Amino acid sequence: METLSYPHQRNPWNARFWTGFVLSGLVLGLLVPLLNRWVAPDSPFAVPDYLVPLLGKYLCYAILALSLDLVWGYAGILSLGHGAFFALGGYCMGMYLMRQIGTRGVYGNAGLPDFMVFLQYKELPWFWWGFDHFAYAAAMVMLVPGVFAFVFGWLAFRSRVTGVYLSIITQAMTYALWLAFFRNDMGFGGNNGLTDYKDILGWDVHLSETRLGLYVATVVGLGAAYLLCRFITVSKLGRVLLALRDAESRVRFLGYSTTRAKLFVFTISAVLAGIAGALYVPQVGIINPSEFSPGNSIEVAIWVSVGGRGTLIGAAIGAVLVNLAKTWLTGAVPEIWLFFLGGLFVLTTLVFPRGIVGMFRQLPWQRPRRASSLAAEPPVAAEKQT
Amino acid sequence: MNAAAARPTGDVLLYLNGVTVSFDGFKALNDLSLVVEEGELRTIIGPNGAGKTTMMDVVTGKTRPDSGEVFFRGNEDLTRLDEADIANLGIGRKFQRPTVFENLTVFENLELALADSRGTWRTLFARLTSDQRERIEATLSRIGLAGDSGKPAGLLSHGQKQWLEIGMLLIHDRQLLLLDEPVAGMTDRETEETAALILDLVRDRTIIVVEHDMAFVRSLGAKVTVLHEGSVLAEGSVEHVQNHPRVIEVYLGR
Repeated sequence: METLSYPHQRNPWNARFWTGFVLSGLVLGLLVPLLNRWVAPDSPFAVPDYLVPLLGKYLCYAILALSLDLVWGYAGILSLGHGAFFALGGYCMGMYLMRQIGTRGVYGNAGLPDFMVFLQYKELPWFWWGFDHFAYAAAMVMLVPGVFAFVFGWLAFRSRVTGVYLSIITQAMTYALWLAFFRNDMGFGGNNGLTDYKDILGWDVHLSETRLGLYVATVVGLGAAYLLCRFITVSKLGRVLLALRDAESRVRFLGYSTTRAKLFVFTISAVLAGIAGALYVPQVGIINPSEFSPGNSIEVAIWVSVGGRGTLIGAAIGAVLVNLAKTWLTGAVPEIWLFFLGGLFVLTTLVFPRGIVGMFRQLPWQRPRRASSLAAEPPVAAEKQT
Repeated sequence: MNAAAARPTGDVLLYLNGVTVSFDGFKALNDLSLVVEEGELRTIIGPNGAGKTTMMDVVTGKTRPDSGEVFFRGNEDLTRLDEADIANLGIGRKFQRPTVFENLTVFENLELALADSRGTWRTLFARLTSDQRERIEATLSRIGLAGDSGKPAGLLSHGQKQWLEIGMLLIHDRQLLLLDEPVAGMTDRETEETAALILDLVRDRTIIVVEHDMAFVRSLGAKVTVLHEGSVLAEGSVEHVQNHPRVIEVYLGR
């Protein structure tokens, strides 16, 4: 792409950016499969089979964190309901996977999933129609969270619900869905959710090749999501978002519809969260209502603030690091995990308001960064400078 | 002295009739009627709570009046439009406290203020043209911030922020500017420069200035409207209102 005619700014798509992007893509997308497939299992460099879906899960969380950073870090919309969009995307994928079981279920009923036979359904509910087809399910993975977020956002942003109030109603939203999906008569498997998958696109989900394929698909998804978020945030719309994060009414008086700008990123963000959920479900093998639990959505905000909000890359790094710590701590010393998570949140808020990435950018040997757009700093930092 | 007041073409640009706004029973505007002609410079004064800021909120769509009519250019009913629509009709507003976008550079602040498409989709794919870039640079030199173009606006001094905000109004070429206390917190020298800038600007647009500083109002030499308890108390030249007995009683005399 050609150089932008902005003074004092680096081209956001310069060679340095692409080098970093391609290198990280190669490390994640090629090195892991190589170490898994072609290195002897007893070698210290080998990536064992059990680790592949675990890494895949972390990267799904990274996409989810990226989607939250787009709305929170740039537009100042602290959504505490992004877990719901993730779960909705996950349920759409889960429904496809359930339909792939066919006659291999416990009851051997090709027309109905096991839980429906158990609950004495006579026929497949209308909202399950079409989920036999992957293309339909893939479209729903994006459409369901997207349309849901559009309607929710339209109601909220049009009524100018902002700040803490918006965070609270997003929590209420995910809580309401949590309760709804627990009910057996919702038609989504109630408490147990959707599980016991067999195939995805004809591949056995238990095979290590399939898992590797899903992992690589997640890496590609993460890369695409990152490029999309970066494209939005370095555009003029990105500057409108930063401006409205700091002084929304002023942006309105300039003639921009802040409602539409917010609705646009909120919807895009929900679609990304839905895709993350859809990549997550076949790798963990289950989707159930606990994915809607309000705590899950709050955890996403912690990943983003630990990594550094308004940086995109920080959100992804935060998601992976916090979840690595979670896997390790809940295994080694499960009782301290929640204290650790809470402490981490307090610590980043008080001591490192710019998160891990922000901290690195402040190091003395770092070249001074240009003032804005990419290195969008949280308002706290700006207040300290003035 | 009355050069500005004599020049209006006679076309009514802004028309407020019987506007009432109440907040929890308190009438911020009480049957306010005001007519501003095209090309006019109008100053509005009044004690605290007289309804000056509420009047601006009504004109710019931030507050909906309980009753009354507000028309722009004769047929645009401002009570039915929101802030963004009104801004796109050509009404710009400068706030009492300078509000620039602190995390954007001075250059980017002006970029957002450019007269350009405001649509969400269009802004996503917007590219800065060389023409727009020249406009931004011309404005930067006009407001004396050419050397600070890459600085985050949050690092500017108070006076510089006020100027940047005026620059953001200038670059858009709006027909009507509402300036809420444009010289608040400025040094004497900055105040003089601002007065000169406003007199220069009003040559090709209409400006309404809300101000407390009487010396500044006098230096503008324009028609003055005195607000009191949400309605017009007196209107006329600076001398006229200063000698008006009711005005002396409620405002200047104290």
